[in-house]
Amino acid sequence: MTLYSRVIGALRPQKRLNRSFAVSFMLFGLLLGFGAFMVLPLIYTVNNAFKPLDELFIFPPRFLVRNPTLENFTDLMVIMGNSWVPFTRYIANTLLITLVGTAGHILLASAAAYPLAKFKFPGSSVLFKIVVLSLMFSPHVTAIPNYLVMSQLGWINTQAAIIVPSLAFSLGLFLMKQFMEQIPDALIEAAKIDGANEYRVFWQIVMPNVKPAWLTLMILQFPALWGTDGGSFIYSENLKTLHYALSQVIQGGIARAGVGAAVALLLMTVPILLFIISQSSVIQTMATSGMKE
Amino acid sequence: MVQIHNTTEPALQGLAGGPLKESRLAQLWKDIKKSKHYYFMMSPYMIIFFLFTVIPVVVSFGLSFFYFNMLETPRFIGWENYSRLLLGDDVFMIALKNTFLFAVITGPLSYIACFLFAWLINELSPFVRSLMTLVFYAPSISGNVFFIWLIVFSGDSYGYLNGFLMKIGVLLEPIQWLQNEKYILAIVIIVQLWLSLGTSFLAFIAGLQTVDQTLFEAGAMDGIRNRWQELWFITLPSMRPQLMFGAVMQITASFAVAEVSIALAGFPSVNYAGHTVVTHLMDYGTLRFEMGYASAIATILFAIMLGTNMMTQKLLRKVGE
Repeated sequence: MTLYSRVIGALRPQKRLNRSFAVSFMLFGLLLGFGAFMVLPLIYTVNNAFKPLDELFIFPPRFLVRNPTLENFTDLMVIMGNSWVPFTRYIANTLLITLVGTAGHILLASAAAYPLAKFKFPGSSVLFKIVVLSLMFSPHVTAIPNYLVMSQLGWINTQAAIIVPSLAFSLGLFLMKQFMEQIPDALIEAAKIDGANEYRVFWQIVMPNVKPAWLTLMILQFPALWGTDGGSFIYSENLKTLHYALSQVIQGGIARAGVGAAVALLLMTVPILLFIISQSSVIQTMATSGMKE
Repeated sequence: MVQIHNTTEPALQGLAGGPLKESRLAQLWKDIKKSKHYYFMMSPYMIIFFLFTVIPVVVSFGLSFFYFNMLETPRFIGWENYSRLLLGDDVFMIALKNTFLFAVITGPLSYIACFLFAWLINELSPFVRSLMTLVFYAPSISGNVFFIWLIVFSGDSYGYLNGFLMKIGVLLEPIQWLQNEKYILAIVIIVQLWLSLGTSFLAFIAGLQTVDQTLFEAGAMDGIRNRWQELWFITLPSMRPQLMFGAVMQITASFAVAEVSIALAGFPSVNYAGHTVVTHLMDYGTLRFEMGYASAIATILFAIMLGTNMMTQKLLRKVGE
């Protein structure tokens, strides 16, 4: 199917009863209007990243780029090349935090979700209720005691202060547990009859069946860690993250507008690409995200 | 005693108390032992979860009754932190007012937007549906790049908004959008709304796809006349679990506004115009090291978030009735 026919097909309202064309037209106008509001800042960021200096300082400002250039990216490299800590260091720090944090979270949350989803045992429902309750407040609430715990553990100024708490992100466990409930009990019982122990059932039966949920946990966890600046835990320059280093570039102000846009483009591309790849799995998982009353 | 009961009146054994209670405990212990693998599998997650989420909430509550500056040993001062916070801290009142304003505006608006756009997108063909999902979801996962809004609201004529307004002749001189307390709050709200179509939006899209389509045909037979009745009587009730989940996500996020305000308006913002409960918490927790006072702020925030969530859940149960 060509793109054209796909778009036309989309605009033709579904064959359903009780639809007035005027209201459909208005509602889709609304959708397009707000869609533009969502996407325009991202589009101008892409454009600004490729604008040469004279186009950035044109008045009135122009939205789209006329003569695209890679100047902003090379400037960024020069700025970063002159900094005290090598640029690759920031990238390595961010990759470490993001990869370990995301992979660890998926593993730990799945291991905890499996018993909660499939078995009843003393304490199981209480534990799950606490997890649901913790969805209802943001991590800011626990910031102070967390800082105290970190300093007791001696984790201030280490990557662990960012990675370890993120492993037990409660939304991940919640979604994973809801998704695992769909796995048929018969499958698990059959494996047990064949002599598999709990760990084998988990690893060889359950885990391969919840791949869509892995991708969902990844798409929730990855951008959060990718965009972290180390918060109040990391002070030494050679442990700082990419987001922190790049936001320092932005502090340079309007003169670096092009470089700033190049930075934003670098930061947003990775999570958005990940979402494009995983979209259908994510939607599939979210269908089970409901909360019982 | 027990022996006699056992032999003479076995039927009363339960009422007698002792032996049954013991056997209940024994049964529990047996269950626990039988489930030891489950506990073992959950333990890494649960240890971290308790260490960094559950215990901190309790500690925060306890600490809010102390004076604690990280150097001296904590000193018990009772309700003093709370009375100082609620009666003597003008900046906290500004923060509280701003937070409620954010929550009252962005909470319901973003919740309705999440649902409305998910509902509209749901009627599109699969390809356009996934394209629009990406368009609406992209801002919330774009890796904290909300600083790109700085270019729009930049204070000189190169800022997009100033440039545009000057071009069409509304303004003669550029406005310092982010330095003027009249505009800061509104700007932070706009950017917060831009970011707010996140997890709940996806949950709604997914939920809408699982609504039983035959219900709509049956509804049409039963006299449902337009899409609004369809929405209220069929779609919304079928999606109640996702609506509950979405509400929790949106409420929690709308009370936790801080990063956007700091990135755009600075910390502290001009005349505290963008100050929120969370930035107040950061101020005392990470700059002034008044941990007890900061914990009192955290406890109040916790109570507000939890209370609003519970209330909203109650309200949502009435949907479609």
